[in-house]
Amino acid sequence: MNKIAGVLLAMVGAVALAGIALHRQEPINALWIVTAAVCIYALGYRFYGAWVAARVLVVDPSRATPAERYDNGRDFVPTHRWVAFGHHFAAIAGPGPLVGPTLAAQFGYLPGTLWILVGSVLGGCVQDMTILLLSTRRDGRSLGQMAREELGPLGGFAALIGTLLIMVLLIAVLGLVVVNAMKDSPWSTATVFATVPVAVLVGLHMRRLRPGRILEGSALGLALVLLAVWGGGWVDAHPALRGFFDWSSLPLAGFVIGYGWIAAILPVWLLLAPRDYLSTFLKLGTVALLAIAILLLHPQIKMPALTSFIDGHGPLFGGRIFPFVFITIACGAVSGFHALVASGTTPKLIASEADVRLIGYGSMMLESFVAIMALIAATLLDPGVYFAINTGAGVVGSTAAAAVQTISGWGFPVTVQQMQTLAHEMGEATLFARTGGAPSLAVGMASIFGNTFGRGLLSVWYHFAIMFEAVFILSTLDAGTRVGRFMLQDLLGHLYAPLGRTSWYPSVLVSSTLVVAGWGYFLYIGVIDPNGGVNILWPLFGIANQMLAAIALSVATGILVKSGRARHAWVTGVPLAWLALVTTVAAWQKLASPDPHIGLPAAASALAAKLAAGALSAPAAAVAPQLIFNQRLDAWLTGIFTVILWLVILDMARVCARKLRGLPVPACAESPYQAARPQVLVLGGQVPQEGGT
Amino acid sequence: MRRSGVGRALRRALNSARGWLRGFSGDDAYDRYLTHHAHAHSGPPLSRPAFYREREERKWSGITRCC
Repeated sequence: MNKIAGVLLAMVGAVALAGIALHRQEPINALWIVTAAVCIYALGYRFYGAWVAARVLVVDPSRATPAERYDNGRDFVPTHRWVAFGHHFAAIAGPGPLVGPTLAAQFGYLPGTLWILVGSVLGGCVQDMTILLLSTRRDGRSLGQMAREELGPLGGFAALIGTLLIMVLLIAVLGLVVVNAMKDSPWSTATVFATVPVAVLVGLHMRRLRPGRILEGSALGLALVLLAVWGGGWVDAHPALRGFFDWSSLPLAGFVIGYGWIAAILPVWLLLAPRDYLSTFLKLGTVALLAIAILLLHPQIKMPALTSFIDGHGPLFGGRIFPFVFITIACGAVSGFHALVASGTTPKLIASEADVRLIGYGSMMLESFVAIMALIAATLLDPGVYFAINTGAGVVGSTAAAAVQTISGWGFPVTVQQMQTLAHEMGEATLFARTGGAPSLAVGMASIFGNTFGRGLLSVWYHFAIMFEAVFILSTLDAGTRVGRFMLQDLLGHLYAPLGRTSWYPSVLVSSTLVVAGWGYFLYIGVIDPNGGVNILWPLFGIANQMLAAIALSVATGILVKSGRARHAWVTGVPLAWLALVTTVAAWQKLASPDPHIGLPAAASALAAKLAAGALSAPAAAVAPQLIFNQRLDAWLTGIFTVILWLVILDMARVCARKLRGLPVPACAESPYQAARPQVLVLGGQVPQEGGT
Repeated sequence: MRRSGVGRALRRALNSARGWLRGFSGDDAYDRYLTHHAHAHSGPPLSRPAFYREREERKWSGITRCC
């Protein structure tokens, strides 16, 4: 029966892929992509995922998990597999799979689609599931702890530094995305501002009035943020009020930086935790709604399969299709960040090892599907419109007439009239040069929702989409700043012990300020960059994220070899080799390319030459020294990431070589086997029943 | 007879949906803690506010959100 289903799935998947392949010269329907994706996921989960779980990881349902052994009703709690799936998916799914595919759509729809599907099924899902099982077998140890214990102190240190740096870059680039979505848009700004007091209100409700009633508090908050979307429209239409919320990007960056700092030092229950409940519900609800709307609307994809920008001169970011499509789409295909969530929190919920395939492999499949939907939302726009929204004024010119002329010259016709009509429909003054991916995704989502559920509400759908992105970007920003603060306190504690005390207020202030200053700097530079900033920051973040994935896969490969499964080590070794190749080539091009569009030092030198020759306008000349410094700093960071990456890989290779030659290696830190007791998990607060006799 | 059967099925479905929603959101965490505490520990359990205070502090001191 299973075999017949498998053959059928394979056939449908093959037909869908053939459909995508054969429709190369004409627009295709999004349903082809959705069908191909679902078939590939089903085959990957049913065959490859199952094989890896059974044969490579040797999942053993008879083995007691830490949740069972240390069950304390608090953090170690055996949890129903679908509930654990929900928690894990909510934890891994952030703005990454929305932004990355939107940017990568400049190459056409095909490269992104193929990498999201192949990368997730063979790379990302395998990484997440493997790390989840390895951490479950080690009492929920973190990736850094596993790297230290299984490989050596070098691996552990590299993982710690890598995580801290990636956190800073992630927050900066996400802050930039939010700023670009709010700038000069009173409606978006008023709505996003309103989510802050709403979160505080929900926090007070859950803390003071009805402690722990999470559903009640969240329902209240959701109603209020939806009201805020509508209220933003009212503010926008009000001639006196709208001026208060019409902010340019620099003050907005100041707001985001100040907000991040305050959120990091306030108690979590007041702002962070309630905002996160809102963002989780919004995230799951919107993802489901988007999937339904895409199925109902089944829009045509208007972007060509491949654009001429695969040669490296794309306006959103520079660099050829190889390696940059693999760097731009990290989350959605392979994301190293997931390894941090899969080690630590989720393993303490796993009731049985048999659940790791659903929770690890399955959650990543769903995240990958979110990336596919984001790609569809970006590519259903007229390509001319897509480029007009996503390209910085520094590339296409600062007036509307100049921008449409440049973009039409690329072969993607667009008119000023068309952009004005669209902006008017979306309730915005202009949609030109709204870089960062969020506005173009919001236009795509609004078209999907509007055409499915009623076109009259386009502007409301647009601002709902902006609010949805902003809420969970800000929630990642809060949580990331706080975690960055803890990691920094941990590091500083080695220099001066009291700084390591996480609740000592001076230490909280010092470390929070340092973390916020770190990402605030990159955010500030991104805001003053006339090219939009995302073009530099996102690839840097992508390189960092893929480096973290390579560290996670190195740990996994090392453990497989050490535990005598060397002949299966290719399962994590091949994705590792691919990521090492992609990351190293991308880093090399960023460092050595003489093309200022790609190479960071080349860009710095080119700008310095222009500045010296007096070829820059006065405002451009004013910020040029900071941009030049930043490009050189980014080049150093890229170099550091590459060095960390290869140190960990070589360390792993050293451990594996010693093992294969029969020399002593760090002991495998797996917890000893303990038999699981049979149990049935029931929802709704009932005792896990002890079954069997 | 028939209608009450449908009503029962509907109520069961709603209850089950509520159970899932409470599970996903963590709304039922305190109830689970109490049942766990009743058969595994002695001494008074944490109060509901104290339980959620501790839960949130723990949750937000690790990496629980991602890109």
